[in-house]
Amino acid sequence: MSQESGVRSQERRAENFLQPLEPKTLAEKLYLVRFKTDTESHLKVDPEKCKPCKDRDCLYICPADVYKIDDKENIAISFEACLECGTCRIACEFIEWKNPKGGFGVCYRYG
Amino acid sequence: MSDKFDCIIIGAGPSGISCAYKLAKAGLNIVVFERGEYPGSKNVSGGVLYSTVLNKLIPEFWKEAPVERHVTKRRYSILSKDSDIALELTFDSFNNPPYNNSFTVLRSKFDQWFAKKAEDAGAIILTETVVDDFIWKDGKIAGVRARREGGDVFADVIVCAEGANSLLAEKAGLKKKSTDHQMISAAKEIISLPREVIEDRFNLSGDEGVVMEFFGDAVKGMIGSGSIYTNKDSLSVGIGCPISVMKENNMRPNDLLDAFKAHPMVRKFLRGGKTEELSAKMIPEPGYKNLPKFIANGLLIVGDAAGLVNPSLYREGSNMAMASGVIAGEAILEAKEKGDFSEATLNSYVNRLNDSFVMNDLKRYGNAPERLSKMPQLFKEYPEAILKMAEGYFTVSDLPKGEIQQSARKDFKDKISIWKFLWDIYRMKRGIL
Repeated sequence: MSQESGVRSQERRAENFLQPLEPKTLAEKLYLVRFKTDTESHLKVDPEKCKPCKDRDCLYICPADVYKIDDKENIAISFEACLECGTCRIACEFIEWKNPKGGFGVCYRYG
Repeated sequence: MSDKFDCIIIGAGPSGISCAYKLAKAGLNIVVFERGEYPGSKNVSGGVLYSTVLNKLIPEFWKEAPVERHVTKRRYSILSKDSDIALELTFDSFNNPPYNNSFTVLRSKFDQWFAKKAEDAGAIILTETVVDDFIWKDGKIAGVRARREGGDVFADVIVCAEGANSLLAEKAGLKKKSTDHQMISAAKEIISLPREVIEDRFNLSGDEGVVMEFFGDAVKGMIGSGSIYTNKDSLSVGIGCPISVMKENNMRPNDLLDAFKAHPMVRKFLRGGKTEELSAKMIPEPGYKNLPKFIANGLLIVGDAAGLVNPSLYREGSNMAMASGVIAGEAILEAKEKGDFSEATLNSYVNRLNDSFVMNDLKRYGNAPERLSKMPQLFKEYPEAILKMAEGYFTVSDLPKGEIQQSARKDFKDKISIWKFLWDIYRMKRGIL
């Protein structure tokens, strides 16, 4: 390889690192996280308490968007994507938090 | 597994492992229960580890531990929508051992290494094991109920190192559930880049690292901050705000993180990177006066579970966790000598903690978040006004410089009362520096 083409290939590589960081949706980010999924949810809400709740802080406060509204206006919990920070439990007094089974749940590779 | 241990430790993070290491070295029969697949698999930190305690436990640990970079450079910056005012400090002396005791780390890797050291010292580390409750006997905590076959395990004394989401410490009655003012919710991405790009982009050489903190518009003018820390071949990019503040603003943590990454003064640092992982963690900031009770008969709580985080610009959590783990270990050794693990004897943990940097720093800085929460102008109105004034000051035109400066100062004074500003700066200084 001539010296000139070596310089050019280096420039090409440098250019790659001047491109903007590729934006990722939350779903795409969660896809990168390793989870060992349990069949049973470690998070519970009480529909009786959720119905009259106006704030519904759980719908936005979770970093992984675990809480959503289903077609029947109930809270649906995608516990499989829970990052186990515990924010929802502090934000809402009615969320029941139990640690996932040993070895299950989020498994950070970097942390 | 033997019927009874000298000590059971719940959680294989920095506080639990420090305690396990200390006690195993002293020859005690120790078991650590960790709910994750491996130590570190549930653990997240912003990314900086202060290592004064670790370096005493394992001298020159950096020669073998998976640390990323040592921190030689710090950059503090305040953002408005489209401008940045920053203070950057670089210290060449931090390139010499012990590297100013500050390293960036990736906790899933670091915690695995640290737990292995405790294991080598003789502690048993039982992973994939959740502890759901304590076993009480005659007014004393005598063991733990683990979620597995034959899950009732007994010991002279239990150390609860379960982390910020402290279900067990609450069950034991040592603390109440934290309020949303007392917890930061933080989200972070690991963004990979080749190490040459990192070194070039951040003006580092070799294993030098930088800690960058961003305030103001970094988190949409809310109380809180964004950060970029350099690892060997990745960046830790995160945001954090009190949960109460997120609630006031109906803010989604992931949206806040995306907005930070896309800020014109931030996105340039991230070019060409690739997101590798998203993580989230709560950081306890209970305030000095709201710290939990640290002991009960047969029980000590350490680390995040005990709310031991310095929330000031020092941002010290893992080192305090390790300190509390070691100090708990010392108190346990003393109790073992006396053959008494009652609250009265374990009180030496509290006394030792009070004498250490941990409680001294918490006394000084612990209430800062509460004080700052009463001064939201520090994070929004002031940064905007200061940056506007600076922009006016440096805007080149053919007006005489005196006039330009006068008009810049006037803009500032129209928005901000100077006396209130100076008073607030004084109050802030007491809180965070």
